Amino acid sequence: MPAVEVSHIVKSYTNKVVVNDLSFSVNQGEIFGLIGPNGAGKTTTIRMMMDIIKPDSGEVTILGEKSSEASKNKLGYLPEERGLYRKLTTIDSIIYLASLKGMGRHSAEEKADELLHQTGMLPHKRKRIEELSRGMKQIIQFIVTIIHNPELVILDEPFAGLDPVNTELVKGMFADLRNRGKAVILSTHQMNEVEELCDRILMINHGRSVLYGKLAEIKSRYRSNSVLVEFEGKLGEVPGVREKRTHQGYVELVLDGNTTPGQVLERLVSTGMVINRFEVATPSLNEIFLEVAGKNHE
Amino acid sequence: MNKTSLIFKHEFLRTIKRTGFIILTLSLPVLALLGIGVFHVVSGITKPPAEVTRIGYVDEVGGFEQFTTQGNITLFQFDTPEAATQALIQKDIKEYFVIPPNFISTGIIKRYTMQKELVPPATTETAIKDFLSSNLLAEKVSPSVIARIEAPLNLVTTTLTASGAVAAEQGGLTNLIIPGIFSLLLALSLLISSAYVLQGLGEEKENRLMEILLSSVSTRQLMSGKVLGIGAAGLVQVVVWVISIPLLLNLASSSIGGFLSTIQIPPNFLVLGVAYFILGYLMFSVLSAGIAAISATVQEGQGIASIFTLFAVAPFWFYSPLFMFPNSPVWVVFSIFPFSAPVLVMLRLGMLGVPAWQLIASMAVMVLSIVGGLLLVARLLRTYILMYGKRPGLRVIVRNLRS
Repeated sequence: MPAVEVSHIVKSYTNKVVVNDLSFSVNQGEIFGLIGPNGAGKTTTIRMMMDIIKPDSGEVTILGEKSSEASKNKLGYLPEERGLYRKLTTIDSIIYLASLKGMGRHSAEEKADELLHQTGMLPHKRKRIEELSRGMKQIIQFIVTIIHNPELVILDEPFAGLDPVNTELVKGMFADLRNRGKAVILSTHQMNEVEELCDRILMINHGRSVLYGKLAEIKSRYRSNSVLVEFEGKLGEVPGVREKRTHQGYVELVLDGNTTPGQVLERLVSTGMVINRFEVATPSLNEIFLEVAGKNHE
Repeated sequence: MNKTSLIFKHEFLRTIKRTGFIILTLSLPVLALLGIGVFHVVSGITKPPAEVTRIGYVDEVGGFEQFTTQGNITLFQFDTPEAATQALIQKDIKEYFVIPPNFISTGIIKRYTMQKELVPPATTETAIKDFLSSNLLAEKVSPSVIARIEAPLNLVTTTLTASGAVAAEQGGLTNLIIPGIFSLLLALSLLISSAYVLQGLGEEKENRLMEILLSSVSTRQLMSGKVLGIGAAGLVQVVVWVISIPLLLNLASSSIGGFLSTIQIPPNFLVLGVAYFILGYLMFSVLSAGIAAISATVQEGQGIASIFTLFAVAPFWFYSPLFMFPNSPVWVVFSIFPFSAPVLVMLRLGMLGVPAWQLIASMAVMVLSIVGGLLLVARLLRTYILMYGKRPGLRVIVRNLRS
């Protein structure tokens, strides 16, 4: 059973279609990347999944049940625009927001202590939120998101404002969630983080799906027919290579339609030259993002 | 505990722990107790001495020899003003007065004292007046007639109902005091409580906590929990005042007496005070929630809300015409107009009372306004509570509400 099943959802505001016939699913035990340029409809899609706003048409099911007030306790949500009660203490903020997710006071405090300890925030338990740094507040918000052991966690730009140490800490917690069979939806503009963490992705633009599937498959789909070679000595004519592009420290060989990278490698080895690096050129997700978003922009 | 109850509890506790709330709640009983205490201290210090005050006089007309004891004041006759002055210097007497030969035609009495004072003490003036009139009328009329001339009337008014029975509500200036003070506090409580709703929702929107809350609860749960939680705190405040008013009045009446013992609390005042707080609070808080939904910042919301809150305090601006023309139909209209009704009805209760039909009409209009406001504000909240940035114009709001 998928953690989320989004089926043909549409949402409009005053004659502007923000999300247009969007469908996708997120499996349990995976980290799913939701990407797209600004204004693509990501936040509106997330808000519909969270039942904060209702779709004009279409349906969202969470763990097999139609999205409703009751399903909110199974979800953890860290929005991009986030805050906490400035005058409350760290522990009171966590307990109150956890109680709204159906946790009892005692179990919330116990779990909060555990997570505060895990994140090194235990000494700040009795401090007011306004006394914490931005990064510390981010950690508290992340604790609030996962304290009730949700089945689905939606994180909108979770790394914004985190230093490298805390970024690694949070990434470790994502991996832990996935290992425990939870579904994690990660919405971010940081493509390197998506490449590093996500199993599958959905890219939306103008409210529509423009890329959807396994990350490796998508990258393979956008692979150019070329190889990157670092070598010592002189590179002469290589059969099956249509074009040579020289870059700083390496050469990109663009293959003709009938030659495979393996054949080129064999031919290079047979010349007796020393090859330090041989790599099939695949575009980064960032390049794919720019290409797809740019195409749609045109 | 359901989620509305959790928000209710959170908001209630957060509100009653606010310093401003505690100060305002305790202000009435503490200030009243302080007032009673200060009265006792001051009156204890300045209490007139129990011993007899000696006042001299010089009779240049003749015949003013009797009735020289007037309460605690004893009058001593001197032959000349110089002799009286000597007695005053030697502090044998506190002051003296001269009855000049032309007193009968002019009424002038010359008074001499070593005290600096703004006006002559009332007790002294009354004693001299009674001394003069008693001597002038002696042996011409009976003592009882003299007493009547000195205190000609003690007006006792009784208000009757349409059937001729004695009315429960006897009116009078002293009736204005409690409703006047209470309506001022009611206006403060209404404005402050609804401002808490605006501030709470506005802050949650401004600091982006709103989206986290709405991922756990619905807009309806959030709004009802918040409005009821803050409202319950406001109700605690009003109930503290309503309970303390009769207690303090009894204390003041028994320990100070005077006009305080004549102060009456209008019938139904306590019940109506609580009822109008609940209705007024619900109306202003629903309005505040709507304003918070469309405002980008708390400050902007407070600016808009001030336009509506002006109506709540408007009855105080028109206190003079209200006092002079309490029967004007203008007040009936504004007692039914929902924004001004709570405070105006409370004020009118202390004047001539408010007929039952006006109370019913006023409450019915308020209930309808609250229900209509709730429906409208629920749509505003759903549409605008997660929209940040520039406040939408009225035309856009209307278009969005229609769509």
